[in-house]
Amino acid sequence: MLRERIQASNYSFLDKLRSIDYLLILLIIAIGLISVFAIYSTEGGKFSFYTKNHIIRLSVFFSLFLVLSFVRVSTWYKNAYLFYIVGLVLLITVLFFGISASGATRWINLYFLNLQPSELMKIAVIICFARYYHRIQTSDIQSIKFLIQPTILLIIPCYLVIQQPDLGTSILIAGSGIAIIWLAGLNIKYFIYSGLLLLVSLPFAISILKPYQKSRILTFFNPDRDPLGAGYQIIQSKIAIGSGGFFGKGYLKGTQSYLEFLPEKHTDFIFTLFSEEFGFLGSIILLFLYILLIYRIINVGLVSRSFFAKLYCFGFATAIFLYVFVNIAMVLGMLPIVGAPLPIMSYGGSSLLSIMLGLSIVMSCKIYNQEQISVY
Amino acid sequence: MLNRGRNIEKGRVITRRMFILAAAKILLFAGISSRLYNLQISDREKYEILSDKNRIREWKTPPQRGIIVDNFNKVLASNDRVFQLHLILDEINDFDVTIFKIKNIIGLDKSQVQKLYKKKERLKPWDTLVVSDNLTWEQFSKINLYLHELEGAKPVLSTSRFYPYANDLVHIVGYVGDASPKDLEKPEIKENFVPGLKVGKYGIENSQERMLIGNYGIKRYEVNASGKRISQIDYIKERQGNKVNLTIDIEIQKYAQELLKGKAGSICAMDIFTGEVVAMASSPTYDPNKFTHGINQKDWQEIRNNPLKPLINKSIAGLYSPGSTFKPLVALAALEYGILNPNKTISCKGHKHPYELYGVKYHCWKKEGHGYMKLRNAIKQSCDIYFYEMARLLGVDKLSVIAKRYGLGTNVLGDLYNDEKNGLVPDTKWKRRALEQSWYLGETVINGIGQGYIQTTPLQLCLMTAQIANGGYKIKPHIIKDESINYKDVINKIKLDQSNFPLHERNYLDDINIENYQRMYHKKSNINFVLDAMFGSTNEQYGTSYKSRYDDPKYQFAGKTGTSQVRRITDLDRELDLDTEQIEYKKRDHALYVAFAPYKDPRYAISVIIEHGGSGSKAAAPLASKLIKRIIDRHKLREQFNNGNTSLA
Repeated sequence: MLRERIQASNYSFLDKLRSIDYLLILLIIAIGLISVFAIYSTEGGKFSFYTKNHIIRLSVFFSLFLVLSFVRVSTWYKNAYLFYIVGLVLLITVLFFGISASGATRWINLYFLNLQPSELMKIAVIICFARYYHRIQTSDIQSIKFLIQPTILLIIPCYLVIQQPDLGTSILIAGSGIAIIWLAGLNIKYFIYSGLLLLVSLPFAISILKPYQKSRILTFFNPDRDPLGAGYQIIQSKIAIGSGGFFGKGYLKGTQSYLEFLPEKHTDFIFTLFSEEFGFLGSIILLFLYILLIYRIINVGLVSRSFFAKLYCFGFATAIFLYVFVNIAMVLGMLPIVGAPLPIMSYGGSSLLSIMLGLSIVMSCKIYNQEQISVY
Repeated sequence: MLNRGRNIEKGRVITRRMFILAAAKILLFAGISSRLYNLQISDREKYEILSDKNRIREWKTPPQRGIIVDNFNKVLASNDRVFQLHLILDEINDFDVTIFKIKNIIGLDKSQVQKLYKKKERLKPWDTLVVSDNLTWEQFSKINLYLHELEGAKPVLSTSRFYPYANDLVHIVGYVGDASPKDLEKPEIKENFVPGLKVGKYGIENSQERMLIGNYGIKRYEVNASGKRISQIDYIKERQGNKVNLTIDIEIQKYAQELLKGKAGSICAMDIFTGEVVAMASSPTYDPNKFTHGINQKDWQEIRNNPLKPLINKSIAGLYSPGSTFKPLVALAALEYGILNPNKTISCKGHKHPYELYGVKYHCWKKEGHGYMKLRNAIKQSCDIYFYEMARLLGVDKLSVIAKRYGLGTNVLGDLYNDEKNGLVPDTKWKRRALEQSWYLGETVINGIGQGYIQTTPLQLCLMTAQIANGGYKIKPHIIKDESINYKDVINKIKLDQSNFPLHERNYLDDINIENYQRMYHKKSNINFVLDAMFGSTNEQYGTSYKSRYDDPKYQFAGKTGTSQVRRITDLDRELDLDTEQIEYKKRDHALYVAFAPYKDPRYAISVIIEHGGSGSKAAAPLASKLIKRIIDRHKLREQFNNGNTSLA
């Protein structure tokens, strides 16, 4: 304990400022700005509810990110399980006291914000698993004991989220958890076996899916099956993106989105609107910004000394990748519509909060990258 | 040290696996990029078209109907300004409330409201519901006053068909109304139809639909996903239908209609050279303007239940026995075939000694008899006995050749009117085919005085008279101006020809097809004989229409009366010898008159029929006389106008 405190106090404030990843901050600001313009466009070029709210949230959560960046990485480490438990408690709260919208119960009313605990759980699982594998030796990882514990830790939140129902978020939580298990060095055969198992159990899994989830999956394979119903979103989204062309239709000129053919254009389909207005060029630039963001996060992991920081950063980078990939692949009609927001870009407080929280932990890893975390 | 080594090993594993993950990420991002490339660059065109389809919706705008004018370019059917109330359905949140408010403002009754609900069911959610297509000024201003309370309501200044001469022309021009499913099958309507467009239901409006309907306009709007209009991006203007120019002279038409007031009957007038129909009146009549916005039940019942049958266009759809008006043609046929010397004398001895054939008696209309008659006198005084004998000698088949040639037995105006009748010129073949009976000579005898099977329309009688009056030349009657023919040349050619020698290269007495404006006669003198006899009938003492004559050569006309029996005259009737007024209306004779004027240098032919009017000389000839004067008075004006001097109109 004493040694740790001494080590921490070795960092002067100037040192801390110097070790901040400014490129990462710049990337966050850039994507944040793009998101403000995109959401402004979803409202038909009027400065109104969504744009205002988004700007407020962005500035509040960005400030929170800056402040939390200076929290020592060891503090995150110590509170990792607590974080997970809080997330779990909130998920259970949703089960009983959650508020519903369009057939799903996902939110808790916190008066200033409708919190979506499943979004926080995305981060909680990563930080929890990073701590879990931080102290386990590579040789022990393959043992059944250390395999069962994280599996249970992963299945509980996933199950709770599926119950809401929210298949998309549940898959993303599972994805980030599995990514860390992979990073920790679990033998590849386990992944192959469980992959095969999943494939075999797929028919049974589908049979317990909700009808709307089934229809979404069926629609994914054939959007023309029901062009005005379940296939509508995919078809309209593809039309919007395709008609954007190379340079796009121009800012505030996306007819598909402007004329309300796009559903949920300020949340899950924000990329569609962006891509319609800014075309192939804009889309590739945005994609590149995300790649850079992921690269900078991985870079933080690479320069960190502790396994916790490494595992967290690599895991979080993979999570960000998953969010971006699932969302864009979905609006491009490459994956079924599962309800996954695009990080930072999509309108939605909880998603933004969890991303910013996750980034602040990354930043704290960067600032305290030389910090050793003792196993206790 | 061991611990340290393990840690290095663990760090390596994590980093290695991170790079494997990163490689996978790059691959997947590449997948996304290529998908974007596919959508936005390879298939861009396809999606652009789909996007336009999505956002652009077309609204058709109704064209204005072409106007209809008379010979002097006077407008007979125009497009009047009307006040309408439209409801834009996609702007209405609560249809019931809106309708309730409108109901109170403009005062709709229950059935009208029900109709609106029915109408709405047939429309698409972005369509326009026409609440009323003909509001009064008062209703219209009230709507405007309460407009802020009525969502989706749109007061519209629109046009609708208006017939300024209402009753005077309905049988010629017709009327418009809502399109029926059957109307929509017609290609000219199908191609140009816009919901709410009125289409022709009868007459010129109906048969000239292709000319009148015009082309709809297209307004392209950008719409959102729920079909709401955002902005107009394109407007192809509608094209008004073409003008239809009739040969009718509305002044004469009006006068003819006035002469028929209170009677059931028809008056037709025609240019004997050009075939232009100058007037074609039918009585009683009705107001076509009532049909434009849907006729109400009371008015409709009134028209339908009128015993004088206003819905029947008597000029072309009324079938009558020609009666004695047929006699000039019978005489012409007999002369042309050389059956009879016009100097042959036949004695008419009155009802006590009627004409007898195989024991059947045939009476002359004149109780006391005409005495000794030659052909000219028989026409002039309309002696039936002479014509019985002449018809017997001629035979029905020869008579029918000439009757058909001069315009009887086939419809006159082609497919212009869907209710025009062909009439019937009987012959032996017809009877065998249609009735499967052989012909009786007695039937020939009564055919000679225009009774029996023979059925004609007033327009056919007019055409018959015109083709005798023009010297026996075939003409083509028409009611829509035909600019393709130079009528001046036609008239000159006919007037110069008038040859009085038989043409041997063709046998003009066979049942042959004769071209327009070609001679139909065999010997000119025969035509002249008939014309002269008709002159006598009108302008000489004892002539049947002597009382209606004009002495002024400018108006002097020649004609032939007719009285068409609607039932068999019994011996009892002959004994009673009642005046027309004393007989039950339905049993009274039809009064007929045909004439041409002026006698010297004739130009117009006219036919008059008064249903159940009694005798032709009393009921029909005086009307013809009055109208002839009016036609001749206007002739100069018409001539000048048609020759291009339009300033006179």
